[in-house]
Parts: sequence; C-alpha cells; structure tokens
Amino acid sequence: MSSIGLTLSAILILAASGLPACLLPRRSAGGQRLAALAMTIGGILGTAAVALSFGPSSATSLKLGWLLPWGSFSVAVDPLSAFFLCLVFVIPALGSVYGLGYWKQMEHEPNGQRLGLSYGLLAASMAMVLISRDALLFLISWEVMALSAWFAATAENDKPEVRRAGWIYLIATHVGTLVLFAMFALWNAQTGSFALEPRGAMLTSGAAGAVFVLALVGFGFKAGFMPLHVWLPGAHANAPSHVSAVMSGVMLKMGIYGIIRMTGLLSAIAPWMGTALLAAGAVTGIAGISFAIGQRDLKRALAYSSIENIGIIGMALGLALTGRACGRADWALLGLAGALLHVWNHGLFKSLLFLNSGAIIHATGTRDVDLLGGLAEKMPFTALAFTLGAVAIAGLPPLNGFAGEWLVYQGFFMALDPSAPRGFEAMAVAAVALAAIGALAVACFVRLQGGVFQGSPRSAAGGHAHDPGLAMKLPMGLLGLACLAIGLFPAMAAPFLESVALAWVMPSGPEATFLPAAMPHIADLAPLAWVGWLGGGIALLAIILYTATRLSRRNGQVGEAGHGTWDCGYARPTARMEYTASSFGQSLVGLLSFILWPTRHGPKIKGSFPAAAKFRSELPDPILDRALRPLFRLGRIRSGGIRSLQQGQTQLYILYILGIAIVLLLSGGRGVSR
Amino acid sequence: MMDLLNALLVIILVMNLFSLGTSRILSVIRIVAAQGVLLGIIPLLLRERPGFPELVAAAVAIVLKGIVIPGVMTRALRDAQIKKEVTPLIGLLPSIILGALATTLALLFSNSLAMAPSQGGTLIVPAAFATILVGFIILTTRVKAISQAVGYLVLENGIFIFGLLLVDAMPLVVEMGVLLDLFVGIFVIAIIVKHINRAFSSTDTDRLVSLKE
Repeated sequence: MSSIGLTLSAILILAASGLPACLLPRRSAGGQRLAALAMTIGGILGTAAVALSFGPSSATSLKLGWLLPWGSFSVAVDPLSAFFLCLVFVIPALGSVYGLGYWKQMEHEPNGQRLGLSYGLLAASMAMVLISRDALLFLISWEVMALSAWFAATAENDKPEVRRAGWIYLIATHVGTLVLFAMFALWNAQTGSFALEPRGAMLTSGAAGAVFVLALVGFGFKAGFMPLHVWLPGAHANAPSHVSAVMSGVMLKMGIYGIIRMTGLLSAIAPWMGTALLAAGAVTGIAGISFAIGQRDLKRALAYSSIENIGIIGMALGLALTGRACGRADWALLGLAGALLHVWNHGLFKSLLFLNSGAIIHATGTRDVDLLGGLAEKMPFTALAFTLGAVAIAGLPPLNGFAGEWLVYQGFFMALDPSAPRGFEAMAVAAVALAAIGALAVACFVRLQGGVFQGSPRSAAGGHAHDPGLAMKLPMGLLGLACLAIGLFPAMAAPFLESVALAWVMPSGPEATFLPAAMPHIADLAPLAWVGWLGGGIALLAIILYTATRLSRRNGQVGEAGHGTWDCGYARPTARMEYTASSFGQSLVGLLSFILWPTRHGPKIKGSFPAAAKFRSELPDPILDRALRPLFRLGRIRSGGIRSLQQGQTQLYILYILGIAIVLLLSGGRGVSR
Repeated sequence: MMDLLNALLVIILVMNLFSLGTSRILSVIRIVAAQGVLLGIIPLLLRERPGFPELVAAAVAIVLKGIVIPGVMTRALRDAQIKKEVTPLIGLLPSIILGALATTLALLFSNSLAMAPSQGGTLIVPAAFATILVGFIILTTRVKAISQAVGYLVLENGIFIFGLLLVDAMPLVVEMGVLLDLFVGIFVIAIIVKHINRAFSSTDTDRLVSLKE
C-alpha cells in the first residue's frame, strides 16, 4: 500500500474511533475501550505510513476531483508534514489509553460519547490539516479541528467555568480562521489557484508581506502568540487532562506548522519577517513564563508555559527566516532544526506534564497548587514522571528540552560571527532573551514541583492520594522515556531535521535561494552527539549522587520523626505555616510586576494586635481580563438597542425572513430589462 | 390542458384560504394533504406525454405530501393531544383577509414580472407566490408547534409549484432534494412537538421564549 493510502486509512480509523461507543449504551465501558483500541491502531498505522513516506519508492501524494466548485482533494506527505504527523499519530493515541483510567465514560454518562467522538475527530482532522495541499481542503480540515477541539475541551459542560472557557476559545479560533480566509483569498488572487504549491514567485513583495502577516496572525491565534493567546489558559485548564495534553502538545503546533508551511511557499523572504517573528517569539516567551510563575492553578501554569514554549519556537523560526532572507543557510538550518526539534520535544514533555496533572487531579480532586504538597511519598511514580517533564521543559540536560534549545543558541551565537552580514548583530540579544526564558522556566517548574510534591500536605485534599492505575501510568512512562531518549540521543533526529529543512529552505523552482550542495549539515554546525554524551554524563552523575545520599541517609540518622521538611525550627509546625508555592513565586512576581500587574486585596496591618483579616492576590490575564472583557462589556451596553430584535419568538423570526424576502423580491426586479 | 391546470391552481388557492380560516388543526392537515395530492397531479398536466421524471415526481409528491407527512403529523397531533389552535396571534377572519390580500398582491406582482412566453397563460407563478406567502402567514400567526409544521408544508407546496416552472430547465433532482429536506424537517418537528410537550407541558412555541438566552 502506498504511503498516502496508508496515511488516509489511518486518518479514517482515527476519525471513526468514537463511533462504536455511540451505538453502545452510555454506561458501557466497551465503547471507550474500542475507541482507545482504534486510536492505537490508527496511530500505529499512521506512524508506519510516515516511516514509509521517507522510503524511496512510494506514492506520497494524491489528487482527486470533488463536488465543490473550487479547489480539489489534494493531499501529500512531504518531510514537513511527516515530521508533524509523528506527533499527531502518537500523542492522541497515548491520551486515549490514558483516558481509560482518567476519564471513564461510565462516570461521565451525559457526555462520554461526545468526548470519544470529538477526540477521534480532533486527531483525524489535525492529520488532514497536515497533509492538505489545497487551501479549501486545508480550511475545511482546520475548521473541523477547531470545532472538534471545542467539543472535546468542553466535555464537562455541566460546569460554568468550562462553558465560559469554551466560548472564549470558540470566538478566538473563529477570528483566527477568518484571518486565514483572508490569507488564502489573497493567495488565490495572486497565484490564481487554491493549490498550496510553491508559487511564491508569482507574488509581489507587498503581497508576500501581507500573506506573511495574515499567516502570522491567523495561525498565531491557534499557536498562542502573546496578544492572541487569550483562549489558551482557560481552555487548557478546564478541558479533561488528556484533551489538554493533545491541545497543548499537538494542536498548538498546527499553528506553528501553518507558519512554517506558508513561509516555505513564499520564495522571497524579507529580513523584517524574521525580525517580526523573533520579536513576537521573545515577547511571548518572556511574558508566557512570567504568567506561569504567578498561577495557583496547576493546569493554568502549564498552559502559560505552553505559550512560553511557542515563544521559543517562534524565536527559532525568526532566526531561520532571517537566515533565508540574508542568504545564510547555516542560520536557516539551525533555526528551523531547533524549532522543529522543540515542536517534538514540547509535544512530548508538555503532554507528559498534562497527563501528570491529570493524575494529580484524579488523586486529590484539586488543581490548586497551594492546597497540595507532600505528594512525592504517596505518588512516587507521578513525582518521578513530573520531575522528568519539569527538567525537560526547563531546558536542562540530560533531557530533550536542552537539545532543541541548544541548537537555537548555536544559531543566535553565529550572529556574532565576524563573517555574518552587517546589521544582524542585534540578533544575539535574542540569545539573552532565550536565556532569561530558560531561567524563569527553571524557577517556574521548581515552584510547581516543590509545591505539589515536596513538603507536607497543605490540606486534606492529598490525604488519600495514590499513584494511578496502569492505563494512566503506561502513557506517562512512554512519554517520559521518549523525552529521555531524545535527550540522550539527539543526533538520531538530525537526518529528519535536515530533510525538512532542505525542502523548506529551497522552495523548488528557478529562484531557489540555495543550492543543495551548499546546504550544511547539522553535525558540522552543532555537534549534537556531544549533547548526548554530556547528557549521559549528567544523568550518570545524578544517579550516583542520588544513590550516595540514599545510602548515607540509611546509615546516618537524618530525618527524625516529627520534623517536617520546611519547619524552620518550630517545635510544632503545622501545614498552614508551610512555605506555599505562591510564597515561592512571590519574589519573582514582584520583580516581574511591570509585566504581570498583580492585584492584591487585603487590609494594611496596623498596631501590634491586628484583628483577623483576609488577604487575596490575583493575577488577571492582561489581554483577556484587562482589555477584552471591558471592551465586550462596553459593546454589550452600547448595542443594547439591537437586542430588542432578539425576542425569542419563532413567529417574529420568520417575519424577519419574510420581510427580507419581500425586500429582495422588490429590489431584485430592479434593473431587469423587459 | 391549460384550463385544467389553471382550474387545479385555483382550487389550490382556495385551499390556502381554507387552511387559514379553520381552527381545527386536523382539518387543516387534511386540507394540506389534499393540496399535496393536487400538486402531485400537476406535473402530469405540464406535457402532452408525461415522461419518466414527471411520473416519479408525481408519485413521490402524492405519497409524501398526501399520505406520509400528514400521517406523521396526525400521529403527532394525537400524541400531543391537541385539537384546536386556540389562541392564534391574529384572529381567523383577519388571517383570511391577509391571505386574500397576499393572493391579490401575488397576482399583481407576477404581472409585473418578465415571463417566458410558454408560461404566459398559466397561473403557476401567482399561485406559487400566493402559496408561499400563505405559508409564511401560517408560520407567523400560529402558536402551536404543529401548526407551524403545517405552515412549512404550505410553504414547501408553494416552492414545489414554482419548481414546476423550471421542470425543463432544472432537473427534478433539485425538487426531490427539497422534498427530502421537508420530509426530514417534518420528522424533526414531530419529535420536537413531543419534546416541547413533555418539557413545557404545552405545545405553544411561545414558551420557547424562555430559551432566549
């Protein structure tokens, strides 16, 4: 079977995975098991198809006519699609297995079938987005993806905050899609077809710039670049955890894919495009991780950290675009390779962390970090997996986050190279921004790990906590192992990265910027094998240190009964006196208050014996809570007059239709010659 | 042939007015069913020798509009235990007058349209417009969900008459599509009637106002 045929059949299996459950009784567990089985089979088939697409002789594209007057059913698997398809086929399948333990359909009778159906559709439509080579098919798949994600994320729609987050997501995604409509319309007007093929030469430089800006905004809504991220924290926090994992780990990357795909189709890249993406990425990264530090809600913190990672990917892409604009193949290669590797890495470790947060919520029933604590003793597996994910996301060796960011660092440092073209020295500043992001990420995840797993329990929530069952452990373990594998053997990914970069840097055609022979290799620019050795050494060191402390603790008498970890010398410390995650983040929130604008509600303490008082601090989202909500409230007040049209009576609505029909009849006759 | 066609169309117009003027829902459904049967005959009169597509259209129209849909609606009526449209938004007499006005307007309006010569002598266009308008009047003035379903049926009858004009130009496939839509629509409404009845213990669509937000 050809590679494209196999891919399409895998997509069909994914799309239909939720159907059997709809035919079975709502309370039956069989439907969900069948769905997980179908997702797994589809995932394996799809991965095989992706592997096959790299083979020498296999059809990787297919073009059929269809009933619609425009476009065609045109699909293809090229290295770029294949790279992203790996995520799409792996993460949702793992998530559906996880869902068997975490979100049992039996326990969610009213909406279990709905989640199963939309979850499979989400995975299938993301794969369709990746293989579409026609703007119309792309938009259809994009919309199916957006809607099925909405249905999946609002699965627990009996809770008001879930519904609210769902609406914000729905509005944001449609605004983004609208921008994409404009972009593809412009593309069609300039190139004369909806086909997504490298025809960038037909675009004037102004049109190419417009396409780039529209792509950045339209796909930026999905990816979550900073002013466009409004839907992201709420939707990720309120979705079931395996859906959050798929949304954050995979769906955000569809926005990144869109930007890479469209810039790959444009042949003339102007330097300002790279600078714009670099700036957007830096702002997104720094602001995203700053907000993550201030969140009490575990999943909101993870969501803001997703925004940060999108920022890192954006910066790397900015480097790659700048490289293409000024003819530096090495910058383009390092930037794109770094971005792509980080796409994979973030897909793996963020899914791991979200699945972890699900295990924590499952065990304790709360997402509030300040109510948790001391879970490491009760949930050792979860603690270990979370620590793996945290180290990876903070960009520390020996895990995979380091490998990806290291490539990007190498690229930024090359801007300081004496042979670099004039005027790009400022790009080295981006390395500073990346370093700042990395440092803040370490602080953020030390805070989360410490708050959730260390110390002693801060409330009764963690009283009966225990590690989850096998169905949840298995996906978490696999993801953790994958993070470790890429961290220790990053050089294995280099051939993939190079083949994608080759196709992206050189849109085929006469105006190709670089010749294939001039394309450098990653191994020459940035020896990834060293990263592996370094990581292995550090891992070994960590194991030795751990064993040593374990042994010394067993021999010595550290850890007498009655002394908590953070008891500060008090004779009878209680959990309420414990340092909370919020206290840990306090100093950083204060330092970053020029970005965060935290609000505090509480009395000033006066005198020696103040009365009982309450204190509360909040960290509202700057765009959503400070700009958009007041704006919409104003709009609702201003447009109050129009609302009287909405009477709720079907009869009146039909009358409106009749009125319009009559007006059309009367005015339509005008201009007809007798 | 032409005279017979026009006679049928006039009967259809009278049936329109009748459906506006009676409050017993069962009678309205029966009138509309009869109207459907008449409509089914019309395609056979359009040509000297009706071909296969006309025969199919006639058969489908008679079976669906004359038998199946009214049957479904009668059952829904029996299930919901309603007999009369008690409180129409506009009284019965005013709605007949409105219907007559609409018919006159349709006649005047279609006179001002540019017609193909072959349709010059028939009442097809005015009858179509008048039936569509009457459908709208039923839809906007009746409160019971089942009466609204009848309104949609009358509306569709009007569209069907209009479709006859295009029997040469447009394949009957389109008309079949409309019929299928309607068939599904009636089923949905029959189900909704049942559910509204259960949820609001009334089939008045007025109660749906509470779903406004």
